[in-house]
Amino acid sequence: MATSPVGVLPPKPVVERDNVVIRFAGDSGDGMQVTGMQFTNESVFAGNEIGTLPDFPAEIRAPTGTLYGVSAFQVNFSSQSVYTPGDDLDALVVMNPAALKTNLADLKQNGLLILDKAEFNEPNLKKAQYAKSPLDDGSLDKYQLYPVEITKMTTLALKDMNLPNRSVMRCRNFFALGVVSWLYNRPIEPTVKWITERFKKNTEVLEANTLALKAGYNLGENTELFASSYDIKPAKIAPGLYRNITGNTATAIGFVAAAKKAGLPLFLGSYPITPASDVLHDLSTLKNFNVYTFQAEDEIAGIGSALGAAFGGSIAITTTSGPGMNLKAETIGLAAVVELPLIITNIQRSGPSTGMPTKPEQSDLLQALYGRHGEAPLPVIAASSPADCFFAAYEAVRIAVKYMTPVILLTDGYLANASEPWLLPSSADLPEVNVEFRTDPQGFFPYLRDEDTLARPWVRPGTPGLEHRVGGLEKDYLTGNISYAPSNHEQMVRVRYRKMAKITQDIPPTKINGPESGKLLIIGWGSTYGSITAAVKGFQEQGKSVSHIHLRHLNPLPADLGDILSRFEKILVPEMNMGQLLRVLRAEYLVDAVGLNKIQGRPFKVSEITARISRMLEE
Amino acid sequence: MATNAAQKLTRKDFVSDQDVRWCPGCGDYSILAQVQKIMPEIGVSRENTVFISGIGCSSRFPYYMNTYGFHTIHGRAPASATGLKVSRPDLSVWVVTGDGDGLSIGGNHLLHALRRNVDLKILLFNNRIYGLTKGQYSPTSELGKVTKSTPAGSADHPVNPLLFALGVDASFIARTIDVEAKHQQDILTRAANHRGAAFVEILQNCNVFNDGAFASLTDRELKSDTQLLLENGKPMIFGKNKDRGIRLRGMSPEVVTLGNGITADDLLVHDENDPVLGFMLSRLAQPAFPMPLGVIRATNKVTFDAAMNSQIQDAMAKSGDGDIDKLLRSGDVWTVQ
Ligand code: SF4
Repeated sequence: MATSPVGVLPPKPVVERDNVVIRFAGDSGDGMQVTGMQFTNESVFAGNEIGTLPDFPAEIRAPTGTLYGVSAFQVNFSSQSVYTPGDDLDALVVMNPAALKTNLADLKQNGLLILDKAEFNEPNLKKAQYAKSPLDDGSLDKYQLYPVEITKMTTLALKDMNLPNRSVMRCRNFFALGVVSWLYNRPIEPTVKWITERFKKNTEVLEANTLALKAGYNLGENTELFASSYDIKPAKIAPGLYRNITGNTATAIGFVAAAKKAGLPLFLGSYPITPASDVLHDLSTLKNFNVYTFQAEDEIAGIGSALGAAFGGSIAITTTSGPGMNLKAETIGLAAVVELPLIITNIQRSGPSTGMPTKPEQSDLLQALYGRHGEAPLPVIAASSPADCFFAAYEAVRIAVKYMTPVILLTDGYLANASEPWLLPSSADLPEVNVEFRTDPQGFFPYLRDEDTLARPWVRPGTPGLEHRVGGLEKDYLTGNISYAPSNHEQMVRVRYRKMAKITQDIPPTKINGPESGKLLIIGWGSTYGSITAAVKGFQEQGKSVSHIHLRHLNPLPADLGDILSRFEKILVPEMNMGQLLRVLRAEYLVDAVGLNKIQGRPFKVSEITARISRMLEE
Repeated sequence: MATNAAQKLTRKDFVSDQDVRWCPGCGDYSILAQVQKIMPEIGVSRENTVFISGIGCSSRFPYYMNTYGFHTIHGRAPASATGLKVSRPDLSVWVVTGDGDGLSIGGNHLLHALRRNVDLKILLFNNRIYGLTKGQYSPTSELGKVTKSTPAGSADHPVNPLLFALGVDASFIARTIDVEAKHQQDILTRAANHRGAAFVEILQNCNVFNDGAFASLTDRELKSDTQLLLENGKPMIFGKNKDRGIRLRGMSPEVVTLGNGITADDLLVHDENDPVLGFMLSRLAQPAFPMPLGVIRATNKVTFDAAMNSQIQDAMAKSGDGDIDKLLRSGDVWTVQ
C-alpha cells in the first residue's frame, strides 16, 4: 500500500477481497459526485479494474434532505475484470436519512453500512419520511452498521481553523472519503493532489478539505471503530497509458479526432438537453481544433445549422436526446435526400415525452431505424461502453463521409455519465477518414454516384464551375434537377436503399464471444454490453455453451448475422426497451429469438441476465 | 467555367438552366430579375454565392440562380444559412423566404438569425397570402381576410415584418416593392453591402390568390401619394408635386402640405441609425399615411459569424492547432506497466 498518515495503534488485520461494489449517497449538496470520483481515482492508483456510475437527481437544487434531492455515485473495483458498475452493494455510505431510504434496497445482506449519525435527527428523518429512526427500530440489523459521527468529527478536526459552520459542513464528504479510503486500503495521495490542484486559489478550502480527509483516514487507523480493513489486490491490466473517461467526453473527442483526421473543421449545432449537453460543453472548449459549437435556438435549428455546415464542407454534428430526435426528424429526411454527411447523435433517455430525463433507456432504436416519413433509410451505429463512444463517434463520421449520408449514432444516459479506464489509442492507429471534395467540372453531375459506395460527390461552395442546387424535392437520378418522373422516384428510393446495403462492406466479420455455434446466443447492442459480458463470462467459466455478440451496426446489419443466428438453438436479446432489436431480428431473419426486457431507467444487473440465461439453458 | 474577379460577369451569368415555374404575372419574376441584375455589380463571384430557401413559392428561388443553392425545409432556411455562414465566412449567403415561411412556421429562426446579426441577406417576399398551398391567409394578411380557410374572415391580427425586425434589433431593415425595379436594385445593393443580417421586406403581388394587395402603392396615378421614399439625411417629402411631408406633432407623426409657412425644415429628417424613428416609420400605413419604402434602419454591430471565427482564431493563437494525441492524453492519465 502507499504511504498513509502515521498510526498509533498496532496494525489491524487486513482481509482480502476480489471485488467490492460501494455507493456513496447523500444530498445533492453533499459532494457525493466528487467523493465517488476521488474514490475511483484512488482505486485506479491502487491498480484495480473499475466501473463507475453516477446517479444524480433531475432537480437542479432540490430542497436539502429530501428524497428527490439524493445524489449518488457507485464504484465497482476489483482484482478481476470489471464490465459494469456492479449489481448489489457490498458497502453503502450515506450522509443523511433520505440517502439511506433511497439506496438501502440495493445493499447486500450483511453489507457494510456507514452513515453520519448526527444527520439522523428529527427534521431530517421527517424529510425522508421516516416515522421512526431506522437506527432505533432494528430495521438495520441485517447489515454491518457503522454509525460514524462524520459531522462532529469533521467539526472537531477543523476547529482550529475557525471556519463558519457552512464551510465545515462542506468538508464532510472528504472526511467520509478518508474513512472509506482507510477501510479499503486506498492511497489518499491522489486525492490530496486533486484537492491541491482544485483549490489552489483558495488555500483555506484546500487546507480544510485536506485536514478532513486525513482526519477520516486516521479515524479508521486509530480507533476501534473497524476491527479490520480490506484489501483488493491490483488487477492484471494490459500495460499502457490509461485515462478514465465518460461516454459523453469520449463521444466529443471521437468527433474531434475524426474531423482532424479528415482535415476539416468540426461543426456542432445543438440545443441543450439532458443527458446530451456535456458533449456541447466539451466541444465548446476545443476551439483550437477548429471546432465550431453553435448553441441553436431549438432542436430544429441545431440540426438545420449542422446541415448547412455540411453543405459548406464541414464535418457536421448534432447532438440530442429522445424528444429532440422527434423535432429533428424532418431535417434528417432532408439530409437523407440531399445526401450530405451529418451525424445525428441521440443520447437516449427514458421516454416517451419528457419521461425520466436523467435515466437511460434503449427505446429509440426503432425511431432511429424507421422514424421518418417516406422511405429514408440511414446507417445506425451504437456505442457499447463509455470508452467505446469514442470509436462509435469516429466510425459514424467515417461512414458518413465515405457514403455521403447522414448517420444516426446511439448512446444513452448511462454511457454518457458512466466512466471507465481507457487504454488510450494513438491517433496514428485510427483509421483514415478520407474526404475528397470534387473540384473537376468535367463530367460533373451533382448526383453522379461512385460505383463502389454509391456516394454522390461532395462539392464545397466556392468551387468554380460546380455551382449546383440541392433540395428536398425529388431529383433526377443524375443531374439532381427537380423530377417528378414516376420511374425516377422509384429509382431514387431504391438507390438510397442500395447505398445502405453497400455499407455492409465496411462492417468487419461479427466477433462471437464464445462458441461459433451451440445452445444459446445472446445478442445485445448499446450499453448492455457490460452486463451481458459479465453474465456470459460466468457461464463460460463453468463450461456452458453460451455465446455473445454485440452489434455496433444496427443498419445495415452485418452480412454474416443471418448465418450466425442459424447456428444457435436459442437466441436471447436483452434490451432496455420492450424488444426493439428483437422485433428487427425476427422480421429480418425469421428467427424465434426471445427478449429480456427491463424498462426501469436502470441498466441490467448482471444477476438479472444470469438468471434468464440459467432458465433458458434448463428449458 | 471558372469565373474570376477579372472577368466582368453579367446578369445572364446568374441565370440557371432551370425553367422558372412561377405563375405568369407573379411578382417573383421581377424580384428574380433584379437580384440577377445586381449580382455582377456587388462584386461576388457565382461560386462564392449561396442562395438558401425554405418552402413556398418564393423558396423556389435558388433553383433559378446559377450559384450554389439549397432548398431546405419549411421555415428553417435561416438555421441552415447560419450554420453555413458561420463555418464558411468567405461565402455570400442569401436567404429567400416568404411571409408564411419566415414569419409563421419559421418565425423563431428568423428572430434568432436577426438578433444574432449573422451576416446573411434575408429577402422576405411578402404577398400576404399562402400561394403554394393555394390561398390560405398568412400571418401578414389583414384582419378579417376572407380566404379558403377563413370563409368568415381571419380573426388574427397581422404581424408587421418591419416591426418584428426592429423588435429583435436587426442591424439592417428595409422595404421595397416588386414592381419598382430601380428601387429594388438600390435596396438590394445596400443590403448586399451591409455587414450583418440584412432584412429586406419585398412587397410582392400574388396575382393568383391575392391580386392587388398593394395596388394603391403600384397604381401609376396614386403611387406618388402612397409611397414615402426614404433617403437618409433627407426630409420626408412625398406627393406628385413633392409638396407633402411627414411632421412630428408631439410624439406622433402627421401628414402636412408644404406652404402656408410650413417648409421642408419643419419635416422629419430620415436617420437610418435611429431605432425610435424606425419604429415610427414602420407603423405608418395606408390609408392615413404613405407607406415608407427604403432603408428603415442601418447600423453597425459585430456579426455573429465574425465573433465565432475570432474565438476560434484566438484559441488557435493561444493553444496552437489542436493535437489529437495531446487531447487523448489530457486529464488524469496513468501508466500500467
Ligand atoms: S401562387 Fe401567387 S405567389 Fe405563388 S407563384 Fe403563383 S402568383 Fe406567385
